[in-house]
Amino acid sequence: MSPEFWKMGGYALYVWGSFGIAAGIYLWNLIAPRLRRRAILETLLDDE
Amino acid sequence: MNWTWFHRLGSPPSFYRFAGRLAPWLGGFGLLLLAYGWYAGLVLAPPDYQQKDAFRIIYVHVPAAAVSLSLYVLMAVAGAVALIWRMKLAEAVMVATAPVGASFTALALVTGMLWGKPMWGAYWVWDARLTSELVLLFLYCGVIGLHAAFDDARAGARACALLAIVGLVNVPIVHFSVEWWNSLHQGSTVLKFGRPAISADMARPLYAGLLATYCLCAHAILRRAQNELLLRERNTRWVRELATELGGGARVS
Repeated sequence: MSPEFWKMGGYALYVWGSFGIAAGIYLWNLIAPRLRRRAILETLLDDE
Repeated sequence: MNWTWFHRLGSPPSFYRFAGRLAPWLGGFGLLLLAYGWYAGLVLAPPDYQQKDAFRIIYVHVPAAAVSLSLYVLMAVAGAVALIWRMKLAEAVMVATAPVGASFTALALVTGMLWGKPMWGAYWVWDARLTSELVLLFLYCGVIGLHAAFDDARAGARACALLAIVGLVNVPIVHFSVEWWNSLHQGSTVLKFGRPAISADMARPLYAGLLATYCLCAHAILRRAQNELLLRERNTRWVRELATELGGGARVS
């Protein structure tokens, strides 16, 4: 990618900031349920 | 009409298996489509004639705002079903939807602020659209907090359902706020009658991002509903069998 692309016409902070935070939210939605499921299954196994 | 499929799906173990089979496809398809949408939005789409490259924030802002409203409606409908028919699955779906909806409402607000600063000159204005979307976030947080405050998950679900249903009045306020009041926020680009007010090479990545976001939300809700069912049904045979079947616990994905 050219340096021009990363500058986003002078709006780099706003555009990359938005996409960065969005990536974080999407990722959290993928990972959080998985971690919770692991924790639940562990407590279920401990109960037995 | 034959309703057996509906009753079967409503039973927790059947739904658990169904969700387990469907979720990976939704997640994989959603991620691929999101990758295309972001690439096309950031690289292929031409800069806007007025907003230049800053308009690209639309590709994260609009999908987040769209699901923030849709998921609220889903949460309230699930709440109504849970309240009327005392259906466990509906309770699980309602509780599962709240954090997903809250996260995307927050994303819509933050990306809106990052878009507002360069275009309007301010991160925040107390305008009808922005304020009602903030109220939406508080409603989601209310449902999450209320659910966490109850020891008895079923009693908590009834309280959450009531709050979710009452809060439903806010949804049309958010949607129509840009028409009812003078607003800095622009009118609808996609959801309106007639031709969309956006050219095709700018619209394609937006539609891809919208569909991707709905798929990924569905994935997250199915996974979270599965978790809720495991907790609620922890003393039943199917959950015990599942837990022993998965054996190692920490080793399963």
